[in-house]
Amino acid sequence: MELTRRNALVVGAGAFAATFLPFQAYAAADEAIAAFTGGADVGTDGITLISPEIAENGNTVPVSVDAPGAVSILLLAAGNPEPGVALANFGPLATKQSVGMRIRLAGTQDVIAIAKMADGSFVKTSNAIKVTIGGCGG
Amino acid sequence: MASGVKPRVKVPKTAAAGSSITIKTLISHKMESGRRKDKEGNVIPRSIINRFTCDFNGQNVIDVAMEPAISTNPFFQFDATVPEAGEFKFTWYDDDGDVYEATKSVAIA
Repeated sequence: MELTRRNALVVGAGAFAATFLPFQAYAAADEAIAAFTGGADVGTDGITLISPEIAENGNTVPVSVDAPGAVSILLLAAGNPEPGVALANFGPLATKQSVGMRIRLAGTQDVIAIAKMADGSFVKTSNAIKVTIGGCGG
Repeated sequence: MASGVKPRVKVPKTAAAGSSITIKTLISHKMESGRRKDKEGNVIPRSIINRFTCDFNGQNVIDVAMEPAISTNPFFQFDATVPEAGEFKFTWYDDDGDVYEATKSVAIA
């Protein structure tokens, strides 16, 4: 195949689409992250997300987030129809900035936790959870 | 959906002053996500608890905003400091405007 101008355009468009398709599902989660952080830089240290590697029942998946020094923690499930899960704000009497809860997951996906630290910086972590039976019904 | 909602809270009865205790809370609630359908294919409307707070003697410990992705019978576990004897107050806010409350007192050992 000769590399004409037309061919170059077709190949370029294909490559463009291939790059963006896998990220489409996570666009809603990215928006939620941007809304929470306000576009600030997000680090990776100082936050732990404990979750099972494989969840047999997506209706109740136990997860816990531990972020010492955080003022609030946002938990997102990137593969759910709505990515938001919970936003926990810690008050002055919270000893450890950690919270455990049970969440619903529609399928195998990444769960993302972002913590806002007392100094205004953000840290993020994510875990992949394999879900055998999804938990969003109908 | 205000029927059969029963909060359960696990708090130690006594604690040393200034120490940290672990609190576990569970409230029975369907947490209808608004995405399920009934037999006729109609969407069952969303009905969830959208907020949970815990305070000790009026000081906030944790305040959680909840989305439909929280499981049926929402469970939370967290740690709190007990500076003096007093009372933990737990509050759940339902979509339909109902407020469920539970209190637990802690003595200093």
